[in-house]
Amino acid sequence: MNIGFDYTRSVGPVLGRFVNGLAARRIEGVRGSDGRVHVPPVEYDPHTAEALTEFVEVGDEGTVQSWTWMAEPLDGQPLTRAFAWALIRLDGADTAMLHAVDVPGPERMRTGMRVKVRWADETVGHIRDIAYFRPVETEDADDGPTSPPPPVAEREEGAPVGVVITPVHLKYRHSASPEESRYLRGLAQGKLLGQRCPVCHKVYLPPRGACPTDGVPTTDEVELPDTGIITTFCVVNVPFLGQRIKPPYVTAYILIDGADIAFLHLILGCDAADVRMGMRVRASWRPREEWTTSLENIAHFEPTGKPDAPYESFAHHL
Amino acid sequence: MPDVAVIGFAQAPNVRETPGTTNGVEMLVPLLAEAYQQTGLSKRDIGFWCSGSSDYVAGRAFSFIAAVDALGAFPPIHESHVEMDAAWAFYEAWLKIRMGEVDTALVYGFGKSSAGQLRRVLALQLDPYFTAPLWPDSISIAALQARCGLDAGLWSEKDLAEVAARSRADAAGNPFAQFSGSAGVAELLDTPMVADPLRRHDIAPVTDGAAVVVLAAEDRARDLVERPAVITGIEHRVDSPELGGRDLTRSPSTAAAGRAAGAEGVEVAELHAPFTHQELILRRELGLGAGVRINPSGGVLTGNPMFAAGLARIGEAAKRILAGTARRTLAHATSGPALQQNLVAVLERRD
Ligand SMILES: [Zn+2]
Repeated sequence: MNIGFDYTRSVGPVLGRFVNGLAARRIEGVRGSDGRVHVPPVEYDPHTAEALTEFVEVGDEGTVQSWTWMAEPLDGQPLTRAFAWALIRLDGADTAMLHAVDVPGPERMRTGMRVKVRWADETVGHIRDIAYFRPVETEDADDGPTSPPPPVAEREEGAPVGVVITPVHLKYRHSASPEESRYLRGLAQGKLLGQRCPVCHKVYLPPRGACPTDGVPTTDEVELPDTGIITTFCVVNVPFLGQRIKPPYVTAYILIDGADIAFLHLILGCDAADVRMGMRVRASWRPREEWTTSLENIAHFEPTGKPDAPYESFAHHL
Repeated sequence: MPDVAVIGFAQAPNVRETPGTTNGVEMLVPLLAEAYQQTGLSKRDIGFWCSGSSDYVAGRAFSFIAAVDALGAFPPIHESHVEMDAAWAFYEAWLKIRMGEVDTALVYGFGKSSAGQLRRVLALQLDPYFTAPLWPDSISIAALQARCGLDAGLWSEKDLAEVAARSRADAAGNPFAQFSGSAGVAELLDTPMVADPLRRHDIAPVTDGAAVVVLAAEDRARDLVERPAVITGIEHRVDSPELGGRDLTRSPSTAAAGRAAGAEGVEVAELHAPFTHQELILRRELGLGAGVRINPSGGVLTGNPMFAAGLARIGEAAKRILAGTARRTLAHATSGPALQQNLVAVLERRD
């Protein structure tokens, strides 16, 4: 599963001064209450919590305070070939900045070495305007291969940078529980397989790793029909990114006959205005050749036309 | 205000990858049963529940809500959660009992670190403006810290390997450890760098796991178990998130927490040090001399379930008092990059 989000953050006056400086290929820090110059700047003094406002321009050369070797760079890191991470104290600063140093191998790194900023070809007001650092003596070295630049927030012509965007993309491998696995394999065969709690005998569909009342895994398999009722619903009128159906349409909690827990699905086959609590519905399956281990095998639910379930019969499932 | 004691501790085996889900339910169900068995309590006897876990580790929003199924949370329970190591949930539970709101509490932590790319996920703990956008991974951050100490002459690569060798040897006696070994220091120093100057043995393994600790007000605790581990001091402190503004060879927050909790005179210390050099920093900041037995469980270098490992240190420190093999023990937990946030608890047997 790939999860991604572009984190969009306003920078405020202190961090904003720094990123706007970067866009102009200038590095500015802020003076702390003890006189130390913080680069990158901090908004509040780490010792006194006093708001800091005195900006100080520092050099684009500095000294390595510590380093390590990144033999196989990870997604999103500044360089896409092996590089060093370093804590770098820029000339005129009293704190160190973490960034990448482009050198051929770890044997070329040492604490105390002098490095210089290699600016990004196009600066946008983001920490990655500093593409990386390189040793001062190799200023004319080949350019290191860098990650794609960060996205940039829209702003009016000439306006300062007020927002930085940082994409966060992470990959996960999710495993289903034994109960969920049986349920998902059932779907691939067009079956709705629930599990019954051995203590309270409630039937869960989808089944759960543990009964929320008793805290024990559900155990007995129960095959359920593909009919049920709408317990509650909402009419979607708002368009949003990634929407697959044109609004208005209805999403509803559907309680399958014989189950004790409702799940969310789509209602089609009638006017949105006609959908009711207690309405009886049936699954509309996709063509068999499209089935996978997914509830998407059911395209939607549609009314059966049979009389509604009385409210008292499902009130305790709301 | 009542004093509070630890009366039970259960942990899942520390493994490289569980087949279970990221909500921890499969790991937690048996641990809860074990905790009830140890204390004679049932679900209905627990006054407050508190957990520590991370949505970024689980790869889904509100992952702690799904974990609540393991407790049997219906009818509704009195529950809370911290997005930190569960040692901080332990602190919250301790407060609840101190305030007299409840007299028992159950704390749990879980993490399926194997679901994502842990060292990259942990970059998201860093300052989100100028540091996290560069994606420095947690191992690289620790390596920068380790080199600061090497350059300052505070420790050598051999000192680090000695920490690893001792931890691995001790883990042989811990059935929950992810691995153990008898490799000597010379042998360890002969292995390649992973993140110069750190080698494989300097770095806690990626671990899936969970831990449960049960607390009770001291009077109640005495009715339930023979030798409750009374918390005589607990404190947590934090250092600046400005990595490049800190002296990374020190941990002032650990020193302050240790002083406030009363770290002197302990026989055993369970330290949450995911990197060998961090154990050396912690020992110094807590003033632990040569007479203190460090991490007899093997510590997190032999199994580091994210968000449960700090709580497990408290459990391990308490276990020695519950079992009658120690009278005064210390537990330390950390959260965040490069030992940024630290908690210290001192536990005692009172006759
Ligand atoms: Zn049940």
